[in-house]
Amino acid sequence: MSLLVVENLRTEFPTGRGLVRAVDGVSFRVDAGEVLGFVGESGSGKSITALSLLRLVPKPGRITADGMRFAGTDLLAATERDLRQLRTRQIGVVFQDPLRSLNPVLTIGRQLTETLRRHLGLSGNEARKRAVELLDMVGIPLAAKRLASYPHEFSGGMRQRVMIAIALSCNPRLLIADEATTALDVTVQAQIVELLRTLIRELDIAVIWISHDLGLVAQLCDRVSVMYAGRIVESGPVRQVFRQPSHAYTVGLIASTPRLDRVGHRLSTIEGLPPDTTRPTGLCAFLPRCGLSVERCRQAHPEPRPVGPDHLAACFAHEGRLREGFPQ
Amino acid sequence: MTVVAPDAAEPPALSGMTMAMRQFVGNRAAVSGIAVMLAMCAAAAFAPWLAPYDPTVIDLPAKLSPPSLAYPLGTDHFGRDVLSRLIWGARVSLMVGLIVVVFALAFGVPIGLAAGYLAGRVDNLLMRLMDAFLTFPPLLLGVAIVGLLGPDIHNVVIALGIAQVPVLGRIVRGSTMAVTNETYILATRALGAGSTRIVTRHVLRNILSPIVVQLTIVFSAAVIAEASLSFLGLGTQPPQPSWGRDLSEARRYMAEAPWLFLAPTFAIMLCVMSINFVGDGLRDALDPRSWRGQPVADPARGQGA
Repeated sequence: MSLLVVENLRTEFPTGRGLVRAVDGVSFRVDAGEVLGFVGESGSGKSITALSLLRLVPKPGRITADGMRFAGTDLLAATERDLRQLRTRQIGVVFQDPLRSLNPVLTIGRQLTETLRRHLGLSGNEARKRAVELLDMVGIPLAAKRLASYPHEFSGGMRQRVMIAIALSCNPRLLIADEATTALDVTVQAQIVELLRTLIRELDIAVIWISHDLGLVAQLCDRVSVMYAGRIVESGPVRQVFRQPSHAYTVGLIASTPRLDRVGHRLSTIEGLPPDTTRPTGLCAFLPRCGLSVERCRQAHPEPRPVGPDHLAACFAHEGRLREGFPQ
Repeated sequence: MTVVAPDAAEPPALSGMTMAMRQFVGNRAAVSGIAVMLAMCAAAAFAPWLAPYDPTVIDLPAKLSPPSLAYPLGTDHFGRDVLSRLIWGARVSLMVGLIVVVFALAFGVPIGLAAGYLAGRVDNLLMRLMDAFLTFPPLLLGVAIVGLLGPDIHNVVIALGIAQVPVLGRIVRGSTMAVTNETYILATRALGAGSTRIVTRHVLRNILSPIVVQLTIVFSAAVIAEASLSFLGLGTQPPQPSWGRDLSEARRYMAEAPWLFLAPTFAIMLCVMSINFVGDGLRDALDPRSWRGQPVADPARGQGA
């Protein structure tokens, strides 16, 4: 049984330039205890997809979908009151920038206990006890004393640990980590990833891991969805997708990842910029930047089709061409 | 950005309020400001006992006497004791300042919060309304309202209150918008907090500093505006004492009796200055980011409001 099922999700923003299709018909599912990665460059719609799940899209965004269900709750039909219950209690979120995700004028303890008291109905003392346990769990030393600290007294890594503690405080069944380690430096990033890995295993929660770091996705995730211009262009089990990328964009992404065994080589890049989603061309959105395109790419829009077990890709480029890789 | 070493010597954990108090007490200017304010309030409250003379009793033979033992600050052109008038006048000035602050707070903050948080149409409607009020110079608005309702101190208070609401409203709106767009507000919503809680607990707490600073400015402006309106004869009516009213009458005797205008001028100045010092101290004390580890005597200048 899938924990989360999303069918044909569209999130659009009416703007002065026209309708921005930030998420343009995305379908996916997350099973209980599964870690699903979303990768793609900035502006590909990863974060908006995540925010859409919680209906937290900023104004004037509009969300539509053929279906969006989480553990039996219809997320589209849910009232604001239902959604407030759902957030944190069922779905926790960790945002990208730990330096700005905590309220600067409230103590760490206050921010933890407020959520605990509201959602779990704990008394002041119980909430404090639980808050200390949570800070302990995420590896913050001297947790009891740290409750009285303000966010600015913490380093970035510690703040992200606090955010994780808050996100997990009410034992959610799904954790959304939106670029949770992007703003941290590499060693801290490694610690946070290790922490999350341990927590995911111990707490047995499902995770949506949004990142543009392919290496992290490969380490952490069971399955991965590659997003481009608001659509999922390829999805499948992590190993399968990395070993046999079946969309020209995925091939380009993998090729542009730095590799230690290729030191001295010039890093390949994908030329050009993501397309303007206000003017869909009716063709593959990646076509203008694609170095592997074939004749059919200029005639029809590629629909996702199976290319392996549980592995879908929306690309016409011939497998042989894909294996040769991106022209350097 | 301080990285707290986990094994650093731990100071005893203090609550936010205690720390804020410590910061405030450590700020010398703010403490002297509050001392002066308290002294003025006490003088106003105990005026009947403190004032050596009745402020309205005319004693023509003693008119325009310079400061002496009998009249510490001299007498005015009717022979009334200047010190006594100053003490009684504090009642008017401080009361006007306080009521105008409460008025601005009661209307300006909710209006600004609603406009800033709800944005869109609500914001447009409320802010155009505020703009309409802002187009009148505050003093002119005061003159108009007092002209309409009659020269009386109560009408002065209403006029000054109305004039200050849009100023505070705009500041609250701007700060609210800035805070509402912060990631931590989104994060708070993602934690399942409703709008009411977000506005009252998270947004308001973050914009306290600009509000407090603006309120001290409102207080000063009200004291000065009351003085100006009384100076123009629109506020306090003779023979009732008021700093502004007395100043206005003193201008005719500036050469022969300088103590007459110096006394109320100094009182107004002292009052406005001390309230501004209190405001600065509060601003720093309310923002945990500008706190110093140990309270120090030197006033710590934090980030701008």
